[in-house]
Amino acid sequence: MSSFTVDRAGALGGPAWLKRRRTGAFEELAAMPMPSEKEEVWRYTPIDELALDEYAPSDGQPLGPLGSTFLNAVVADLPERAALVTVVDGRLVAVERTGLPASVRVGGVDVLGDEEGALGRVLAGGDALVRLNDAFHPDVVIVDVPARVVLDAPVVVVHWCTTASAAHGGPDSTAPTDGWPASFPRTMVRLGAGSSGQVVEIVAGAPGAGHGLVVPVTELSAGDGSHLSYAALQVLGTDAWHLSRVAAVAGRDATLRTFTAGFGGAYDRSRTDALADGTGSSTELRSAYLGTGSQVHDVRTLQDHAAPRTTSDLLCKGAVAGTSRSVYSGLIRVRRGAVRTNAFQTNHNLVLDRGAHADSVPNLDIEENDVRCSHASTVGPVDEDQRYYLESRGIPPTRAEQLIVLGFFDDIVQRSPVPTLVPRLRREVRLRLVDALVMDLEEADRDRAEKEASESG
Amino acid sequence: MSLLEVEGLHASAGSREVVRGVDLVVRGGEVHVVMGPNGSGKSTLAHALMGRPGTTVTAGSIRIDGTELVGLPAWRRAQEGLFLALQQPIEVPGVLLEAALSEAMRGTGASEVRARLAAEAAAIGFDERFLQRPLNVDLSGGERKRNEVVQLGVLRPKFAVLDEIDSGLDVDAVRTVAQRIERATSEWGLGVVAVTHFHRVLRELRADSVHVMVDGRLVASGGPELAEELERTGYRAYGVEEGAEGAA
Ligand SMILES: Nc1ncnc2c1ncn2[C@@H]1O[C@H](COP(=O)(O)OP(=O)(O)O)[C@@H](O)[C@H]1O
Ligand SMILES: [Mg+2]
Repeated sequence: MSSFTVDRAGALGGPAWLKRRRTGAFEELAAMPMPSEKEEVWRYTPIDELALDEYAPSDGQPLGPLGSTFLNAVVADLPERAALVTVVDGRLVAVERTGLPASVRVGGVDVLGDEEGALGRVLAGGDALVRLNDAFHPDVVIVDVPARVVLDAPVVVVHWCTTASAAHGGPDSTAPTDGWPASFPRTMVRLGAGSSGQVVEIVAGAPGAGHGLVVPVTELSAGDGSHLSYAALQVLGTDAWHLSRVAAVAGRDATLRTFTAGFGGAYDRSRTDALADGTGSSTELRSAYLGTGSQVHDVRTLQDHAAPRTTSDLLCKGAVAGTSRSVYSGLIRVRRGAVRTNAFQTNHNLVLDRGAHADSVPNLDIEENDVRCSHASTVGPVDEDQRYYLESRGIPPTRAEQLIVLGFFDDIVQRSPVPTLVPRLRREVRLRLVDALVMDLEEADRDRAEKEASESG
Repeated sequence: MSLLEVEGLHASAGSREVVRGVDLVVRGGEVHVVMGPNGSGKSTLAHALMGRPGTTVTAGSIRIDGTELVGLPAWRRAQEGLFLALQQPIEVPGVLLEAALSEAMRGTGASEVRARLAAEAAAIGFDERFLQRPLNVDLSGGERKRNEVVQLGVLRPKFAVLDEIDSGLDVDAVRTVAQRIERATSEWGLGVVAVTHFHRVLRELRADSVHVMVDGRLVASGGPELAEELERTGYRAYGVEEGAEGAA
């Protein structure tokens, strides 16, 4: 842990309570074991390969031309926004409000003032990676919506994360001299009673090969009777490691919807814990992943029920191509007292190539009797009957397969709780399927557009 | 005029020979009805014609206008002008009807595909909002059958095999669907092989010939009067005991 020192953690800015919190976290971290594949929550993952001393906390890179281009694309894709927050390696670069009510606070950790204890309320405790984030996040993106405010456009947070492709220390390197860049984005979303709001987080980095470690932690809190929609999209380069954690809690009669989509990274892990904490609350979890090359995607979910008459519904869909792998592992936990719980969990995996592999591990931990829980999972290649059906219409096999795989993803992508993100999600899927399925979709679209133009002209 | 010739066709499903020597000649514009007890091999015959993987033709020939279909994959047979309306249409999540048909009709403009879809849906009272649904997802049995007929109308094949197109449809729907298909026989000379259990369908389709399938063979052929006779006597005359059929 050479570059992860208490001095480095202590040197990060912010209010006094935050500095204390960081050094406290560092001390806990120093006494904790790093995650291990021997633990159930890390089974099937390459976490043992993580050598933290090869990384160093990134200390404030500018956005750069690639980042700016990406940001412009996001701005174009999501024209309806309540606010746009730009973050580089966990540091806030810009906050742009567009029609956000004055009572809604969006900004860095300063927004919290001396409200110590707000951070870490939803995610108390946590493993060494959470502690690592606690100790080294340079700032916090805060979205704080007071009671009874309705936002009809999303707050968009773009996290640009530095990766480095040249040997660190070399003359061309963008990495700090002491290791590959590591960044620790931190976000906290709080919705007051009766409010409704949408938040999008996009974690991105330079496309292509580039080493880097990205460990984001996001806390979501939906107050009584509120409606919170959250969507996270990860589009890092192919060599980065992304180990994210989303912790969410829903108050009485609140609705909390999350969506995570993992496309980039050599190892991409997203863990979402959703606690139905108030009576009558409901959570909805959606996840999608697409593995190409030798990627590993790892999705962990917890549907936690701590109050009566709560509902949770999970749908997770992914595909693996090439020699990529995926793991889905989900737990439904119904605690004592959470009577009349309804909990559903569905995971579908498409295995597109012989060398690819998917594991699906559903779990139930139920301490109440009066509950209704179900889980279903499938792992396999493109369905024979679906392919035959399309082929019987005259569609050649490769095209039929492409349509089916695109449809498989469309089915989950459309369920994004932030509808304006759907076109972008769709594009990300297509982009990657071009590699995975040797697709010529763009070509097909162009042909068709030209044909139409000539017909109408 | 197009010609579909099936000669000495044997086909197995799984390890079992289910179609055991079928001969059938259908000209463009003709309607042939195949009737037969459950499990006699009607659906297997339909899949053998279309070329479903797993349904293996072990002997015989299937030709459209002289082109041999045996050995060709399903999509090539479709491109030669064959269409199958499945007894149980398949759900394909996320794949919209229009997207699938545009793909099937590459070379035809998207606006043309859309216009044909709208016209075909209107012709059989298929709610236009279903056109924006993924294939067969969240559709009732009857809606799925109508969906098949819409596709048939858009694709305009030379020959259509209809496997119990009437099942799941109410009386009125059977009439509109059958009338649409009957109209296609003159509109573009569609030839039809319709598997059905019902005399009513046969009448609406104005069937030219009726064939009785028992145990993998067409054991009797005749005009529509054959169906009336079957309605009265059942399949006993063909050695089938009542209630002895399979469950299929
Ligand atoms: N894939 C298969 N494997 C084994 N047997 C099959 C398969 N498909 C159909 N069969 C059998 O073949 C017979 C004919 O089935 P089918 O063609 O569906 O009959 P029909 O459509 O006339 O009711 C039945 O006994 C059925 O069980
Ligand atoms: Mg049948």
